[in-house]
Amino acid sequence: MLAVATCGLIYELIAGTLASYLLGDSVTQFSLVIGVYLSALGVGAWFSQYLHQGLARTFIEVELALALVGGLSAPLLFVSFAFVQWFQLVLFGSVFVIGTLVGLELPLLMRILKEHLDFSDLVSRVLTFDYIGALLASLLFPILLVPYLGLMRTSLVFGVMNALVGLWGTYLLRPLLTNRGLSGLRGRAFLVVGVLVIGIIKADALTTWTEEIILGKSVVHARQTRFQRILVTNDRRGFQLYLNGHLQFNSTDEYRYHEALVHPVMLAAQQPKRILVLGGGDGLAVREILKHDSVETVTLVDIDPGMTEIATQFPLLRELNEQSLTHEKVTVVNTDAFVWVGKQHEPFDAVVIDFPDPGSYSVGKLYTTFFYRRLRQIMKPDALVSIQCTSPLVAGQSYWCILRTMEESGFHVRPYCTSVPTFGVWGFALAGLRAGIDVPPDLTRIEQELSYLNEEMISSLFELPRDIYPVETEVNQLNNQVLVRYYDEEWRGKD
Amino acid sequence: MAKTETLNRRQLLTALLGCQVAGSVGCSTLRLPPAGELQHTRFDIGHLVRDGVAAELDFSAHEQVGVTIVGGGIAGLAAAWRLKRAGFDDFVLAELESKPGGTARGGSRNGVRFPWGAHYVPVPMAENESLIQLLTEMRVIESVADDGSPVVAEEFLCREPEERVYSDGSWHEGLYPGHGASEEDLKQLNAFRMEMDRWADMRDASGRRMFAIPMAMGSDDEVVRQLDQMSMKDWMNDQGWDSPRLHWLVDYSCRDDYGLPPERVSAWAGVFYFAARIVRSGMGSQEVITWPEGNGRIVNYLHDSVQENVRTGVGVFAVAGSQEAGPCRVAALDAKTGKQVGFRSEQVLFAAPQMMAKHVIEGFSESGRDVSGFQYGSWLVANVHVQDRPVDEGFPMAWDNVIRESRSLGYVTATHQLGVDHGPTVLTWYYPFADVEATITRKQMLQLGWADWAEVVLADLRLAHPGIDDLVSRIDIMCWGHAMIQPSPGFVWGPERRAAAEPLGAVHFAGTDLSGVALLEEAFFHGVRAAEEILAVRGIVDRPVDLTRKD
Ligand SMILES: Cc1cc2nc3c(=O)[nH]c(=O)nc-3n(C[C@H](O)[C@H](O)[C@H](O)COP(=O)(O)OP(=O)(O)OC[C@H]3O[C@@H](n4cnc5c(N)ncnc54)[C@H](O)[C@@H]3O)c2cc1C
Repeated sequence: MLAVATCGLIYELIAGTLASYLLGDSVTQFSLVIGVYLSALGVGAWFSQYLHQGLARTFIEVELALALVGGLSAPLLFVSFAFVQWFQLVLFGSVFVIGTLVGLELPLLMRILKEHLDFSDLVSRVLTFDYIGALLASLLFPILLVPYLGLMRTSLVFGVMNALVGLWGTYLLRPLLTNRGLSGLRGRAFLVVGVLVIGIIKADALTTWTEEIILGKSVVHARQTRFQRILVTNDRRGFQLYLNGHLQFNSTDEYRYHEALVHPVMLAAQQPKRILVLGGGDGLAVREILKHDSVETVTLVDIDPGMTEIATQFPLLRELNEQSLTHEKVTVVNTDAFVWVGKQHEPFDAVVIDFPDPGSYSVGKLYTTFFYRRLRQIMKPDALVSIQCTSPLVAGQSYWCILRTMEESGFHVRPYCTSVPTFGVWGFALAGLRAGIDVPPDLTRIEQELSYLNEEMISSLFELPRDIYPVETEVNQLNNQVLVRYYDEEWRGKD
Repeated sequence: MAKTETLNRRQLLTALLGCQVAGSVGCSTLRLPPAGELQHTRFDIGHLVRDGVAAELDFSAHEQVGVTIVGGGIAGLAAAWRLKRAGFDDFVLAELESKPGGTARGGSRNGVRFPWGAHYVPVPMAENESLIQLLTEMRVIESVADDGSPVVAEEFLCREPEERVYSDGSWHEGLYPGHGASEEDLKQLNAFRMEMDRWADMRDASGRRMFAIPMAMGSDDEVVRQLDQMSMKDWMNDQGWDSPRLHWLVDYSCRDDYGLPPERVSAWAGVFYFAARIVRSGMGSQEVITWPEGNGRIVNYLHDSVQENVRTGVGVFAVAGSQEAGPCRVAALDAKTGKQVGFRSEQVLFAAPQMMAKHVIEGFSESGRDVSGFQYGSWLVANVHVQDRPVDEGFPMAWDNVIRESRSLGYVTATHQLGVDHGPTVLTWYYPFADVEATITRKQMLQLGWADWAEVVLADLRLAHPGIDDLVSRIDIMCWGHAMIQPSPGFVWGPERRAAAEPLGAVHFAGTDLSGVALLEEAFFHGVRAAEEILAVRGIVDRPVDLTRKD
């Protein structure tokens, strides 16, 4: 009985989660799904009064139907999102069918129990179970099911449980069932279980298959958080993440960017233990950091819980960042780094700054002397920081403004760059509080895990070609935010 | 009888915000935020003082104290700070309200700090040594450059974006509504700026700036005094400027700094607003120093340094014997106990508005002083608590957010300076009453309650933020009656103002109204100046900050 109640709620949660995954805006999607589900429950319950004959049999049929529809709901929704325009119809249609079936389920069960007093001791237990089931479901879902099974398997597993309840029912309620068609009923139950089990075994293949279809479209995922619009798109070669319309990475070559951002500072900081990552909610920089054994803790500060949620839950990204954000050494803090930095006391050995480009004032403040001075306060004397600073080729003023601002804040700065096909020439800087930053080109410990850097390249990263030689710029301060203006002028029409 | 006095909702909105806003309200249902309250400056004790309860004076149980400071606004607090810095501690400061600070007070709720009145100070120029001294003590000024100009710590300089204006359906950067401006508009704007630069560069025969802050350091040359003879509006017209956008900018500026429209502001004050903040032509206006709680930060700093000498909730209603030998007798009412208290002091430093002086100081009018030219305007300030930022068209939220079509001055975002750009905040909304006195009477105003004012505030904000109602969780409102001195034509360089700053027997005067313009720098200047007068009378020598004019 417990299974019955749990399954109902789980299907609803799956539909809600899927809808917010695929359509964005979780609050609306969840409330819509819950609304439809609740009204369908009512419809089911109302409908049950018109059933008079063969209650036990009907109950089992309902169970089996629920197993099939509910169990297959997640795969069905994934596939239909890829194929059909009227995805919402499928979504709410299936939620409605599931709701109606669940709505039928309980009243039927109660009546069966009431009409056959020999079961009466069960009655009160049914109700208790119903509530415990609901509680269990809402706890299990986010803690265990989604992280470990994924949406697709969760849905299928609960389908199997539903089908097994149905099958068990054919034995338990045997006295109430006519012989006629009994074996047919059992046969169907076995069939349903079979289909769903195959589904579970094939879930990964199914996931990739449906995702492939989904990814065939350009937008895989869109979400508007309180802070930004997150968009995942895809082409034949890989997928891409955009924040507010600005490309953050392309899965085909992001390793170049992230290896260049992370390893120089990790080498130069000499076996750093406490690492701070600012921005970088995609978890890709953390993936690189975790390749170094010296690391004891990584603190990642990203303003947007929506972003880190996608990084830990969205299958494609989770795979790409190798689940870095759920690693035991990693702590994720969702708050504005500008405010957070001023409240810390424990200093760090190395800092990786992976903020979005300074395209707005609320990001520009994170590139000011004020911010860098605050950052200094939480760095050990030997600590080093690496920072992504847009393209020195496209936006020379912006690039050199960031470096100049760091120097003004008391950092010694070494510019470096590399090339990332999707971005072009990309600029970084390595900075520390002491002069003479040296990057020992020793990759022996992590060599096997790298796809881009080799020892010869390390020093060449720091050799600047002529076309990105330094230019004069002002210092970026909170009260002038010149960087946002430079950036706006240099990138306008080019992004 | 009451019928003719009270206003209905549409009349109220029309009176305060204009037909356009009131018209757009239509018959929509009234929606008010869940919470809030209306505060007035203390009318009860204020009236008591004005109506003179002096008849029942009881001078028997008087405390003996060297100096009594009346009023704990910026002027009174600055005086106290100055006395303390000279090593003189034998004084009390009596403040009518339960909190010090006057119109520069700040507040806080749920961890968010916000101003209740004054909210910024332009970076002082090298000449303003005492203010530089204070801001250096506060660690707001980090160092002084070779030319004497102060270097302000980055976190206190107003963070960009500083201003935006809502015009033609979306937000634009800056205060000047440049969007859609014609060539002629821009030409006139440029001419206006050049004219201000010209005033900034000009020096009089004694080498003084034409306009300086504090204004006492500027010139009293005939050229500037002539400006005081006409209104800002007339002066603009005399220059041949007719660009509506330029007029809007000047109108906004006058209402912002003086609470008056340009037709009622002296051209001296109008030009002062711009020219006194420009060091040299081409340098633009001085940057602005601000804090989440506005000038409340300065209030708190000053107050902390003299806390033991401050008595809050104590309203002075009589100062007797100031022109006789022997100590003055100061009578006051303690709001907490409802009892009279009194002080015997050799000197009194009167740092409350001049309009009070004639009611409080015995023999004031008899001495031949006339302060009837001191007129004060009223203000409404609302602290609007929002759960999140409104979603806007165009330029993002700035520190100062101005709505072009509105009669309010828009709002300042309290968390802006902290760099907090998301989530809950407080919008401090400003509204000067001066230009509505014709359409709504003071009596009608006093009858209005919190709900009336909250509706005015929301109606105004809806102009630029149609969905604001869903975000507002609370509106607290402060009605500042007679709060701001009005620099009407003729007042600043008239005889009354200048005479008012002279001591009257043992009473020395301070307060921004003595400058004719309401500015922190002026209040501070007069507080320090009056304190130094008293130090001199008492023969206390320390190294006084040089506040004398550069002759
Ligand atoms: C809404 C508003 C916004 C402003 N914004 C700015 C700004 O942004 N920047 C700026 O520089 N200036 C601003 N000003 C002006 C600024 O507040 C003043 O210039 C300055 O703070 C005035 O200080 P004060 O001490 O002269 O007077 P007040 O602030 O008026 O202080 C006088 C004090 O005396 C007390 N008092 C009065 N009578 C008695 C009595 N009988 N006994 C005891 N105490 C008494 C009062 O309660 C009050 O605390 C603003 C003013 C207002 C009203």
